[in-house]
Amino acid sequence: MEQFMQQVVNGISLGSIYALIALGYTMVYGIIKLINFAHGDVYMFGAYIGYFCMTTLKLDVLPSLLIAMVCSTILGVAIEKIAYKPLRNATRIAVLITAIGVSLLIEYGTMFFMKAGVRTYPPMTGLMAQKFHIKGLVITMQQVLIVIITIILMVLLQFIVKKTRVGKAMRAVSLDRDAAELMGINVDTTISFTFAIGSALAGAAGILVGLYYNSINPLMGVMPGLKAFIAAVFGGIGIIPGAMVGGYVIGVVEVFVSGYLNSMYRDAIVFAILILILIVKPSGLFGRNVREKV
Amino acid sequence: MLEINNLNVHFGVIHAVKGISLKVEDGGIVTLLGANGAGKTTTLRTISGLKKPTSGQILLNGEDITRASAIKRVEMGISHVPEGRRVFSSMTVQENLELGAYLRKDKAGIAQDFEMVFNHFPILKARRKQAAGTLSGGEQQMLAIGRALMSRPKILFLDEPSMGLAPLLVQEIFDIIKNINKAGTTILLVEQNARMALQVADYAYVMETGSIVLSGTGSELMQSDEVKKAYLGG
Ligand SMILES: Nc1ncnc2c1ncn2[C@@H]1O[C@H](COP(=O)(O)OP(=O)(O)OP(=O)(O)O)[C@@H](O)[C@H]1O
Ligand SMILES: [Mg+2]
Repeated sequence: MEQFMQQVVNGISLGSIYALIALGYTMVYGIIKLINFAHGDVYMFGAYIGYFCMTTLKLDVLPSLLIAMVCSTILGVAIEKIAYKPLRNATRIAVLITAIGVSLLIEYGTMFFMKAGVRTYPPMTGLMAQKFHIKGLVITMQQVLIVIITIILMVLLQFIVKKTRVGKAMRAVSLDRDAAELMGINVDTTISFTFAIGSALAGAAGILVGLYYNSINPLMGVMPGLKAFIAAVFGGIGIIPGAMVGGYVIGVVEVFVSGYLNSMYRDAIVFAILILILIVKPSGLFGRNVREKV
Repeated sequence: MLEINNLNVHFGVIHAVKGISLKVEDGGIVTLLGANGAGKTTTLRTISGLKKPTSGQILLNGEDITRASAIKRVEMGISHVPEGRRVFSSMTVQENLELGAYLRKDKAGIAQDFEMVFNHFPILKARRKQAAGTLSGGEQQMLAIGRALMSRPKILFLDEPSMGLAPLLVQEIFDIIKNINKAGTTILLVEQNARMALQVADYAYVMETGSIVLSGTGSELMQSDEVKKAYLGG
């Protein structure tokens, strides 16, 4: 039982990371129907910025988090403006190939500047090194931080999307771009804003993972990127709560497979889940066929 | 109010609108008739800035808006109820109407216009919190018109508002269109329902495969043999 609960705790921590990344995938897909393959690399970039802030600049966790989010936002928006915007009217396959190209460029660009090897985050000290022992469970301060920050960011995201003017514009553009334009909504700005939010969340996930696992490398975005994408598909791509739930499901499944079966099966099972969803319910857990009356 | 001169629109090699010119006077109702594929929707989409023309000129109150953005045109008083309603299906009726007022800042005026829309369409008030996609076809059309009114337009484009509606509802929609016009909004109406459209029109144009082939006052066209034969069933 203790081991079971411990796995749940670990699964939720990992799931938070996937959920944060999955949100960016799902929002960008929702608004321009693009699977942004470079998204995992924005997450990696966030991890490196966090590393730079905490080692070279010797900043604390929270300022580093903010800086990582801001820098990732800038990168995400730049990718959109430079690589995707000129292709707004191109075929989807052309944009997809561009996305893969951007992803490789960022990965190998980072390798060029930062070297291919792993970098380690500084060891945690003081409050950040705390561990909580509750009825045999061990919960680290990093895990607490991951979950709290993820929850704060998700609440903030829900607020932006549901209540603010720009959030309503985002939903309108996702639903019907032409109709949104007829309302006077600036479609380009709204798309950029969507990339900005998604990238900020990915950047946050990047530094949180650095704190959690300590080591980062230029290709660290590839697998989590794929898994977050699966999480987004699991929840129903384009649907924000779907990405959150999907992230947690994938995180927990992965930890349980590693814990009870064999960590070698971990990735295989996650991909098997993808195949299963695509067969059983391609629109995902929360996906539905939007009812439209003519 | 609105003047189109020699407008040409292409989709690749398809010449959808072939040098049309038309005029909409202040305060009137102008109808654009034509069969499927004549280029009516393309004409409206070009005037509201969703589609770029290949050549020609669009003037709104004397100002050349041919190259203006769609946003600018909304600001200048154009509002467009697109073909097929295009309401934001997973958003509520309330949110759809709010989006209609997206560019406005005057809270009091917006509140007034909510009341104005609910006066025209009382059913929308009852459906306020409901997702637009769950409304009936007629209710969605009302919402699409209401949403377009929320920008307080000077000129309103309506693209086949009667499409797919039962006759009784068509009558109701046309009555509302007349009321909106009486309240001071100029109207450019695209229709296939020629009889109704000509009855309300001050002036009408008939479009065929991208060109305007006939024009005149509503009653003139009702008497015209060509129109009778092609659009009024003999
Ligand atoms: N996006 C597009 N791509 C290519 N051709 C198009 C496109 N939209 C319209 N067309 C073509 O332009 C012509 C005019 O179409 P349009 O939709 O303007 O006609 P319409 O008069 O509105 O017809 P309907 O009464 O059926 O709505 C048609 O031949 C149509 O096939
Ligand atoms: Mg049409």
